[in-house]
Amino acid sequence: MNPAAIFRSRGWYKFSRNKLSVFGLVLVIGFVSVAFLAPFITPYPEHAGPFVDFDNATKPPSLAHWFGTDVIGRDILSRVVFGYRISLELAFIVLIIAVPTGVIPGLIAGYFGGWWETVIMRVTDVFLSVPPLVLALAIMGFLEPTLTNAMIAISAMWWPWYTRLLYNLTRQLKNEDYVTAAEVVGAPHWHVLLREILPNCVPSLLTKMTLDMSFVILLAAGLGFLGLGVQPPTPELGSMVAEGANYLPSLWWLPVFSGLAILIAVLGFNLLGDGLRDLLDVDI
Amino acid sequence: MLIRYLIRRALAAVVTLVGVSMLIFVIARVIPGDPARIALGPMATKEQVQDLRNDLHLNDSLPVQYWEYVKGVSHGDLGISLYTRGPVADDLIKTFPATFELILASSILMIAIGIPLGTLAARYRDGIIDNFSRLFSLLGVVTPNFVWSVSFMLVFAFWLEVLPVAGRLSETVMAPPHVTGLYLIDSLIAGQWATFRDAFAHILMPAAALSLASIGQTTRLTRANVGESYERQYIEFARAYGFHEGRIAAKYALRPALIPTLTILGLDIAVKLGSAFLVEAVFAWPGMARYGVYVILEKDLNAIVGTVLVIAAFFLVINLIIDIIVAFIDPRIRLGVRGQ
Amino acid sequence: MTDVPLLQVEDLNLKFHLFEGVSHVLDGVEMQVRKGERVALVGESGCGKSVFVRTVLGLLNRRNVEVSGEIRYHGEDLFGLSDGQRRDLRGRKITMIFQDPVAALNPVFTIADQMTEVIRRGNPKCRSAEALDIARQALLQVSIDEPDRVLKSYPFQLSGGMNQRVIITMALINRPELVLADEPGTSLDVTVQEQTLRLMTRLTQDAGAAVLLIAHNLGVVREFAERVYVMYAGTIVEEGTVEEVFRDPLHPYTKALFAAVPRLTGGAMPRAIEGMVPDYTRAPEGCRFHPRCPHATERCKVPPPTLTMGPGRRVKCILHEGQAVEAVHG
Repeated sequence: MNPAAIFRSRGWYKFSRNKLSVFGLVLVIGFVSVAFLAPFITPYPEHAGPFVDFDNATKPPSLAHWFGTDVIGRDILSRVVFGYRISLELAFIVLIIAVPTGVIPGLIAGYFGGWWETVIMRVTDVFLSVPPLVLALAIMGFLEPTLTNAMIAISAMWWPWYTRLLYNLTRQLKNEDYVTAAEVVGAPHWHVLLREILPNCVPSLLTKMTLDMSFVILLAAGLGFLGLGVQPPTPELGSMVAEGANYLPSLWWLPVFSGLAILIAVLGFNLLGDGLRDLLDVDI
Repeated sequence: MLIRYLIRRALAAVVTLVGVSMLIFVIARVIPGDPARIALGPMATKEQVQDLRNDLHLNDSLPVQYWEYVKGVSHGDLGISLYTRGPVADDLIKTFPATFELILASSILMIAIGIPLGTLAARYRDGIIDNFSRLFSLLGVVTPNFVWSVSFMLVFAFWLEVLPVAGRLSETVMAPPHVTGLYLIDSLIAGQWATFRDAFAHILMPAAALSLASIGQTTRLTRANVGESYERQYIEFARAYGFHEGRIAAKYALRPALIPTLTILGLDIAVKLGSAFLVEAVFAWPGMARYGVYVILEKDLNAIVGTVLVIAAFFLVINLIIDIIVAFIDPRIRLGVRGQ
Repeated sequence: MTDVPLLQVEDLNLKFHLFEGVSHVLDGVEMQVRKGERVALVGESGCGKSVFVRTVLGLLNRRNVEVSGEIRYHGEDLFGLSDGQRRDLRGRKITMIFQDPVAALNPVFTIADQMTEVIRRGNPKCRSAEALDIARQALLQVSIDEPDRVLKSYPFQLSGGMNQRVIITMALINRPELVLADEPGTSLDVTVQEQTLRLMTRLTQDAGAAVLLIAHNLGVVREFAERVYVMYAGTIVEEGTVEEVFRDPLHPYTKALFAAVPRLTGGAMPRAIEGMVPDYTRAPEGCRFHPRCPHATERCKVPPPTLTMGPGRRVKCILHEGQAVEAVHG
């Protein structure tokens, strides 16, 4: 079975019927490309780094600066675009770390049961009983606020969600006929887990990962807002909203545009994730 | 049957709480950096740091430290805050009611708006209400609540000037006599209308900002569950017997759908507890979450551990209560039938 | 007889407008049910019987559905009534018995709740204590010895057979004139089915209600019905009294149906009917059965005439043209 080919024909047709999902896809492709090309397409790329220009400070949106400038004269549009870069990078890396870290214990707990199951799932429960932001904040509380540490903190508390997902899926799937067939011919455990069960978890995983991109971005923005994310002068969308909030009601363009940027990113992944969920007929 | 189920759940919650305490404790001690040094600042002498370390048992082994901590907790002692210099337990008791009031208010909003809206959306599928509620829920879910907070503040407090900017009460208003710690209730009990109105005006924006994501989630969930309920044959049965569509929506379709919806609401409280950190920060709401933000920024070890523990305990208790309610409502659980 | 039949269906056509095309599900259905009569509608799965019943009740949702023809109740065309008026009939004058009793009852309400709701549908002024009493009496009538225990229970706590009896009671409690029974008892085991049928016969006779029984099981039809309509792919292909049709089936489909039933006596093995039910978006031209019919000819590609062989005895096939008393084409 060649998954790619089928996906392109019938799958795409089905997906494209839902306009919102297509919109989500367009958004995601849009801001990912923009973030990727940040250094080349922003009007003032150097404003994303250490840059000061007090003459131009706190200017409202104008032709020269579409989103206005901030307290020390940096172009907000450029900073927002670079902020996207940072948020996407962070979310991506978090998932790359968290997903395998969570999937493997989930597979083991679900398949082998017994002692493995008890230990792994109790630990998972402990992590999951603390509200996400609280745990991330607490971990960050003990670390220096840097981008790397934020990634570590979020990954450290994100993996249990995947453990739980895979645990539930594995428990269902291990009774399927093809699994029993593989076991009967003496396939080693790793084969059953990685080649029989895991591939059938891919639709759920894919959907959850897409939706999680949006949640991680939200979480990271929250951390940034409280000052626990990156350090200045690196632009981070959450901290930019906080910066602007301090000067309300003047300088309103800073929180509004950064906030909108976060909204668009979260919206895009959310819509895309919903569309995937419908397309792949998954129960997340 | 029911009692046994609940006792099992309660025990599981206690075990989990112990696990959480161990987790946060380990994190607190394992992360590099000397908490005593951080608390006393770079000016402190080596001796002062050592003294503090001994006081905090930081030189003992991890299990011993944990044991000392547990002993303290059983006496209601959560350690001393390096920031306020007072008992952490006191700080938490002082700030808890404000957060509780906020969470309560936003939960009420969530249920009062989310469930009817979701039901109407399911009933008039693909109609105007449905499309509006989908848009509304989507916006609620994807917009970070701090963005809502800042926007509300901008529009209602600064531009329109109809609501106060921050805090629980205006500076000129005294807090009502303490009964529950919830100003809205206490002021009503004391008959202080002006105080009530002031407290109400102050809680409006934070509660709304906090609840928007939940309202969105609840609406979606209710819509999905009620929609599913509508697909079942007992709805066709009700229609075949000529019952009015309105009655079908509010009674026959909604009630079976409430059970799965309620179960998820517990998780939602968790999200609210986290989001409260952001909302309280924006509105300078003197609650536990804002305290939590401070102590985290100050790296106040004991306070962080204490706050996380209390929050986790709160979350577990709420979930337990919801389990009790669900067990009560769902006849299948109440009468001890296994599986759903 | 000159009195107006209770239910008269004339040239009922129903089309679903789907993405794949127009699905012509009901094609010129004609039927009559008189007061107190027990009529069966037989056909295999997918022939349109369920859609038909729901059209009579007015339960199909309006979108993408195109209906033409007349359904007359006491002489009055139901399609001419407003939604409110149609709804008024349901649950009081016309009721329905569903196939799967556990699915039809709401799992989070007690039997007492659900029965009293239905009772109050028939008599809005009835107070709860009174309604409960009526429910109790009704359950005793169906040989449920501990009505209070059943009333306090939820559907999942009772057996399938018990639930079925509750459903039947609910259908008859307001003394309807017409009961539409959609394959009752099919989801239960055979002995319970027997009981259910006998119960239905007794109760409907007592209540003087007419019954339109949807079935796919010929044995059930024989036990219960006085007259039978045979439906295939959305059309009525044969009608008559149960004796007439069972003694001498005229339509090739009816004959095939009988041949497919396993018998305890006689040596003949059951024979399956070749082919499949048609796709309603591309139904065969003319007689819908002709692709599967052993007697099909070129003439079958044209819509077959409806032949009247005797009073109340009709068949939609060219085979018996010779003996027909009357032939209506198209």
